Amino acid sequence: MRQVVIIGGGVAGLEAAGFLGKMGHQVVLLEKEKAVGGHVGKWDRLFPNRRQGSEVMDFIRKKMDEKVSIITEAGIKSIDTSPDGYAVVLTNGEAIRADAILLATGFELFDARKKEEYGYGIYDNVITSADLERIFREEGKITTADGQAPQKVAFVHCVGSRDEKAGNVYCSKVCCVTGVKQAIEVKEMMPAAKVYSFYMDIRMFDRHFEELYIEAQQQGITFIRGRLSEVYEDQGKVQCKVEDTLTGKPMKVTVDLLVLLVGFMPSPETKRLAGMLKINIGSDGFVLPIDGHISQNETGVPGIFLAGAVTGPKCIATTLSDARSAALQIDQYLKTK
Amino acid sequence: MKKDKWGYGIHPDRQIDLDNANLSLLELVRQSEPSYNLCIACGSCAATCTAGNLTTISLRRINIYLQRGMIKELREEIRRCMLCGKCYLACPRGVNTRHVIIAIHEALKATGYEEL
Ligand SMILES: Cc1cc2nc3c(=O)[nH]c(=O)nc-3n(C[C@H](O)[C@H](O)[C@H](O)COP(=O)(O)OP(=O)(O)OC[C@H]3O[C@@H](n4cnc5c(N)ncnc54)[C@H](O)[C@@H]3O)c2cc1C
Ligand code: SF4
Ligand code: SF4
Ligand code: SF4
Repeated sequence: MRQVVIIGGGVAGLEAAGFLGKMGHQVVLLEKEKAVGGHVGKWDRLFPNRRQGSEVMDFIRKKMDEKVSIITEAGIKSIDTSPDGYAVVLTNGEAIRADAILLATGFELFDARKKEEYGYGIYDNVITSADLERIFREEGKITTADGQAPQKVAFVHCVGSRDEKAGNVYCSKVCCVTGVKQAIEVKEMMPAAKVYSFYMDIRMFDRHFEELYIEAQQQGITFIRGRLSEVYEDQGKVQCKVEDTLTGKPMKVTVDLLVLLVGFMPSPETKRLAGMLKINIGSDGFVLPIDGHISQNETGVPGIFLAGAVTGPKCIATTLSDARSAALQIDQYLKTK
Repeated sequence: MKKDKWGYGIHPDRQIDLDNANLSLLELVRQSEPSYNLCIACGSCAATCTAGNLTTISLRRINIYLQRGMIKELREEIRRCMLCGKCYLACPRGVNTRHVIIAIHEALKATGYEEL
């Protein structure tokens, strides 16, 4: 029986594992963390329809059968070529045979501390969108550092994206809709709170997204067009400075909580693995498939495939389609091998 | 100090202080015409406005003045609207623009800012 090694147990890796198992292949899924799930395992309610992230995880997990074995806390030491495929050598010395490898190592969140002017890690009342998801999931209520309910909350778009200074020219795609979703959630939780959004463009690229934006407008969220330049915290209040580009004037707004919509980064681990596998990386740091239109899953190296956010920012629906497509291509490859 | 000697003057602050902005009109307009909230500042209304070809009027700008509490500018600009309703036909968000203008006039009256 053919064996596929999947590196990365986010939604991309898990979905591909389920499908490959159903197609009759043996699958070994390697996850570096203690548990699989990747980023989606950390989100509370999902855009666009605000269903629980855990529902999606359950759906994906249910498809996996005994054909799939999962190794967590797996460290990869090397990937060696053998006459009939590959051998993935783990840091514990174990070597796993692979007729094909699927790289599904996903992304990393942009480290918001790099945008020092926004004060993440310096000021008490500056958090990220990922922190807010954790707060929704674990705490169920939002408070400022001194335990008060915030009366004013602002969201900052494009933190670490579309930003040459941060080294990232690309748009992370999902942060606009994440920010709009979270703004609505904050407003629903605290109807009296004022909620602001600092944006350059609102990029609602997918189905039902624009409707979410309209919902946010109906809820009275104040959208301010301008890239936040800097913030300053004084006695727990975060003072934001921005140009209100629609009036062409500088603007000052003070809030109790600032949420930074952090973007996607290619992970250093992916870079290391790509080096071992001799596959190409784009100037943006994400792995390059052989053809952006025709084949998102092939690398040009026989037996090495890609799925999910490893090739750039994606929402869950696109990631899952991509993973199924990768599974299909791996199946084809193994049949002709 | 004599100004002509030193060439210095005091500039009024251009900054919008949203914390202290007067948003009382905005609230009234929102209640009276909820579609107002859906404006995306695209400028279709201003481009199609006949009065805008001859005077400085832009409904897009009027909308933003209202949101920033810039009542003086708002009052000045809104006077140039002849309530023809052409902008309503152009708005991609279905904002009832003509009624927004009427609602602003009413809000100005209700708050007493009309006369200032
Ligand atoms: C704040 C935020 C909110 C979001 N909310 C939504 C939403 O509501 N709806 C939606 O559709 N999308 C949402 N997304 C996008 C969603 O998170 C991604 O589409 C999804 O996580 C991509 O899945 P993935 O499996 O490709 O990558 P990941 O989720 O990043 O998973 C990659 C996995 O690979 C593992 N890994 C990495 N390197 C190695 C290695 N060397 N060895 C072994 N394992 C490794 C990681 O530990 C991780 O488990 C959001 C994104 C952000 C940033
Ligand atoms: S999706 Fe929106 S917030 Fe994210 S990088 Fe693109 S424009 Fe910026
Ligand atoms: S209603 Fe007023 S703003 Fe609209 S097109 Fe006519 S004159 Fe211009
Ligand atoms: S056309 Fe409509 S959406 Fe566009 S600026 Fe005018 S009122 Fe706003």
